[in-house]
Amino acid sequence: MNIPAELKYTKEHEWVKVDGSVVVVGITDYAQGELGDIVFVELPSVGTEVKAMEPFGTIEAVKAVSDLFSPISGKIAEANPVLEDDPMVINRDPYGEGWMIKVEIGDPAELDGLLDSEAYEKLIG
Amino acid sequence: MDEGTVSSEPKKTPFYEYHIKAGARMVSFAGYLMPVQYTGITDEHMAVRKNVGMFDISHMGEFDISGSGALEFIQRMTVNDASKLSVGEIQYTCMCYDDGGIVDDFLVYRLEDRYMLVVNASNIAKDFEWLRSHLNGTAALENRSDYYGLLAIQGPKAQKVLEDISDYDFETIPYYHSAVVKIGEHEILLSRTGYTGEDGFEIYIPRDKADVIWKAAIDAGRKYEMKLIGLGARDSLRLEMKMALYGNDIDKTTTPIEAGLAWIVDLEKGDFIGRDPIAKQKSEKPSRRLVCLELEGKALPRHGYDLVSGGEVVGKVTSGTFSPALQKPIALGYLPRQLTKIGNTVEVKVRDKLFPAVVVKPPFYKEATHR
Repeated sequence: MNIPAELKYTKEHEWVKVDGSVVVVGITDYAQGELGDIVFVELPSVGTEVKAMEPFGTIEAVKAVSDLFSPISGKIAEANPVLEDDPMVINRDPYGEGWMIKVEIGDPAELDGLLDSEAYEKLIG
Repeated sequence: MDEGTVSSEPKKTPFYEYHIKAGARMVSFAGYLMPVQYTGITDEHMAVRKNVGMFDISHMGEFDISGSGALEFIQRMTVNDASKLSVGEIQYTCMCYDDGGIVDDFLVYRLEDRYMLVVNASNIAKDFEWLRSHLNGTAALENRSDYYGLLAIQGPKAQKVLEDISDYDFETIPYYHSAVVKIGEHEILLSRTGYTGEDGFEIYIPRDKADVIWKAAIDAGRKYEMKLIGLGARDSLRLEMKMALYGNDIDKTTTPIEAGLAWIVDLEKGDFIGRDPIAKQKSEKPSRRLVCLELEGKALPRHGYDLVSGGEVVGKVTSGTFSPALQKPIALGYLPRQLTKIGNTVEVKVRDKLFPAVVVKPPFYKEATHR
């Protein structure tokens, strides 16, 4: 199971990477494995306000559909355009090409509530 | 999928250890621990469409029916005309309750010395009891489900794989025919049948020979890049062909006529259980029919979702998936007859949103290689 040490995680299986004034968000390797082949991802448009631990979109896999949860509150700065045509990139490269959204960090303190890789590993263990 | 009514510890097929070694994701299905996927459903699906794949389908049930009254018994129990079968021939059929609702759909093999029924895993106990309760002393019924392991080798290159493990002339086995072939030292029953639409074979392997045959097939398959295929792709492959799944698309509340299976119902063969209501429905036309639906838009139709027309719920999705071959969402569902015309548009309700769905001609996938 691939759980990069440099990332933060949510209990809902999103990963979070702080990149200057934004966070990059995707789903973990574990999550993509559980979902199986991903066929659609519904993401918010740029400028949409999202709230911490509230759904910002949905991910539809052959076997199941699941909500996507924002790790922090803030404005959507970018949504990955690749996912529209090739959602299975999330299965192939969940931490790289399969990223989903970038969110402008509103309150940096919210980041403290996220899990580190060890805590996430325990959660899915 | 129908999970059946089995509550005890799930059984292992003779190939269980191989699935674990291959890294399969295992699920409990109809009382068996079965591989649902190995590398991914889309990948496995396309391997069968374009090349070749091998499935463990040992969960399926096999019943032997023998004795002087065997044919008469099968004629009474099933809707198709089994008297047309010569030795080595196979027929798709179903059995119904008195009201025309379906007990199960299955294959009937006419073999040298007996008939063999190959039934759905989730229905083994129910079917056996239904059949047993109608025996009249001239036919013998035996549940052989634990005797066999079953492998299906499916795809355009299926015959090539088998030609590498047996000297038998497979060209002499037409679609829906069986033969006993020699694989190594072993006499093995197989048939040119399947649940994928592709050319392929289903192989009935006595459990004590399961290891030998598995290894032989895997060795031969290497040359053709044969993949292992799980239940996930089995479901999407059969759905692209509009092959019904009991518990989803057909059950005791649906008749063969409604399900588009009138072609397996032979009203001329004499009486059978369920004949009168089925004959009546056929002549009066059913009030609803099972149709193929293609969706535009980013939502997957799933079993149980509402079908909507003019703002009203008019039916339900019975099976749905994202078609790997068509690259769009597809579904089966029942619609009132007046809405079933090819090209008619209804809507599917997916998480409170409506998505247009067009009635299309079956099957969804038109380039299948079965013969």
